Amino acid sequence: MVLDLTVKSCEMIHKQYALLKLTQKDQLPEMHAGQFVEVRVDNSSTTFLRRPISINFIDPQDNTLWLLIQVIGDGTRALAELQVGDLVNVILPLGNGFSWPIKKDQPILLVGGGVGTAPMLYWGKLLKQKGYNPSFLLGARSKNDLLQLSDFAAFGTVYTTTEDESHGVKGYVTNHPMLKEGDWQRIYVCGPKPMMMAVAKEARGRKIGCEVSLENSMACGVGACLCCVEDTVDGNVCVCKEGPVLDIDKLKW
Amino acid sequence: MIKERNTSVKLGNLVLKNPVMTASGTFGYGSEFTDFLDLNQIGGIIVKGTTLHHREGNPYPRMAETPSGMLNAVGLQNKGVHYFIDHIYPSIKDIDSNIIVNVSGSQVEDYVETARLINELEGIPAIELNISCPNVKQGGMTFGVTTSGAEEVVKAVRKVYDKTLIVKLSPNVTDITEIAKAAEASGADSVSLINTLLGMAIDAERKKPLLSTITGGLSGPAVKPIALRMVWQVSQAVKIPVVGLGGVMNGQDAIEFMLAGASAIQLGTANFIDPAVTIRVINEIEEYMIRHNVSDINELVGALII
Ligand SMILES: Cc1cc2nc3c(=O)[nH]c(=O)nc-3n(C[C@H](O)[C@H](O)[C@H](O)COP(=O)(O)OP(=O)(O)OC[C@H]3O[C@@H](n4cnc5c(N)ncnc54)[C@H](O)[C@@H]3O)c2cc1C
Ligand SMILES: Cc1cc2nc3c(=O)[nH]c(=O)nc-3n(C[C@H](O)[C@H](O)[C@H](O)COP(=O)(O)O)c2cc1C
Ligand code: FES
Repeated sequence: MVLDLTVKSCEMIHKQYALLKLTQKDQLPEMHAGQFVEVRVDNSSTTFLRRPISINFIDPQDNTLWLLIQVIGDGTRALAELQVGDLVNVILPLGNGFSWPIKKDQPILLVGGGVGTAPMLYWGKLLKQKGYNPSFLLGARSKNDLLQLSDFAAFGTVYTTTEDESHGVKGYVTNHPMLKEGDWQRIYVCGPKPMMMAVAKEARGRKIGCEVSLENSMACGVGACLCCVEDTVDGNVCVCKEGPVLDIDKLKW
Repeated sequence: MIKERNTSVKLGNLVLKNPVMTASGTFGYGSEFTDFLDLNQIGGIIVKGTTLHHREGNPYPRMAETPSGMLNAVGLQNKGVHYFIDHIYPSIKDIDSNIIVNVSGSQVEDYVETARLINELEGIPAIELNISCPNVKQGGMTFGVTTSGAEEVVKAVRKVYDKTLIVKLSPNVTDITEIAKAAEASGADSVSLINTLLGMAIDAERKKPLLSTITGGLSGPAVKPIALRMVWQVSQAVKIPVVGLGGVMNGQDAIEFMLAGASAIQLGTANFIDPAVTIRVINEIEEYMIRHNVSDINELVGALII
């Protein structure tokens, strides 16, 4: 559906990231973790298409939808500059979202790199709420790029890696011993493509089921234009509709 | 008493309840948009380009945003006409709009066979013959860029197709009126224009093209002035009705195309910004009619004051 949501707050977390909280009078519609929204960026004259942004969190208490935004161009910059009370036109919820694991007693690992940590917060919450046992492995360049750490900690153990060793293990998420050693039932991952590829390889090697959340560039967001396709074992699939979450068994990488 | 206003227009024998259609490749099969609007209110729905055989399309990346528009290089990804007939047609045939299939191909025989098969479908009152797609290596556009190519394919399809035949023209030509006249002389009931303009985008930092195919088709508001000029020129050159498209975003744009000579319009890229844009445009056209005291929409077609 298309909604005009109101900005409840918009704060820069760190110089490159903004946390945008949106609300409306009516109860927000039901949304699943791993789904995304398409935001119309009215306050940037150079941004023509909508911008796909993951659902970072739904807070039922104050009826807010959280979007975690990394500023990389005009569109995301304009979103980070929104003011309390501004109206934002969004299409939501889009895409499939993560699939539920099977066993409640075996732990689950949620891996996020950079702003790819965004969908993992809500997924961690839903998993915990349903009685699963999630842990998080979050990677970033430096400790300032590790976002929402205390929010994550409420839903499970948090492991971190940083490239400059300012927090957690030095290097990439694939350097973390927990990825290689943990008794994971299932791994979910979102982040830069090389990172997702490396985690997928590790999961395959250890025969652990794994889902990745892709960020192919999009136009329509609803499966109509066929711009966002990923080449899979079933041929081209629309990441916006049949994804963004795909099982690594479907991927060609 | 509220005065009854006529918004219905004709393309050959095809009657549209209003002049607003959706452009091929931008509206899927309509079903993708049922969360946002009532398909039954739309004048015509032109579904994704359909070829005789399955096509995987071009590799990703297929899209690049550009100032006030976008480039695409989808390359006619579709499952082929047989799949369409067996799996898609049954679910869309009863929509109370005109479901029109956009027919593409790389050889005359493929166009003919696809058109022949679609001719048998009772729920499809028209086809739009795409002789203008810039995203297929072989054929496609080559038919649309010469008068002899256009004549060859339109004549051949006309022989097997007896319902409304709309021919979609390429803007990537020196004189679009020549191609339009050739289509008319070969039996087209209507021409639609424009398809996308061949363009290109480069990532300077990486020194690489943004599309896997290097070049792609430009659409959106960026192309509107060109589309408007071509609709104007073509409507002066042919007697058959013209369908205008290229950058229509709202009711005012739609009216501009009609004043330039279009009997109907299509919305393409606009669907990506506002998935309910068709309904908004239908309403805005009616508001314009009220404001200008127009009782029959056909009075607006070519009504440009010079
Ligand atoms: C399903 C999905 C979920 C996403 N979730 C989030 C999120 O939660 N938070 C967030 O900050 N971002 C997210 N993104 C990415 C976000 O959509 C882009 O960063 C945004 O569209 C960039 O817009 P811009 O105008 O700021 O930058 P632009 O000016 O459009 O782009 C700046 C640069 O980044 C490149 N670029 C932009 N988008 C992409 C892309 N999708 N893939 C590869 N390169 C790209 C451009 O080519 C350009 O070089 C998501 C993307 C998808 C598809
Ligand atoms: C993603 C995309 C896919 C398209 N696919 C087709 C197609 O399959 N067949 C066709 O005739 N035109 C196709 N087009 C062209 C549009 O139908 C239309 O002619 C063009 O986009 C100009 O209109 P617009 O500016 O309103 O989008 C496509 C355009 C886009 C953006
Ligand atoms: S973005 Fe249009 S099909 Fe996915």
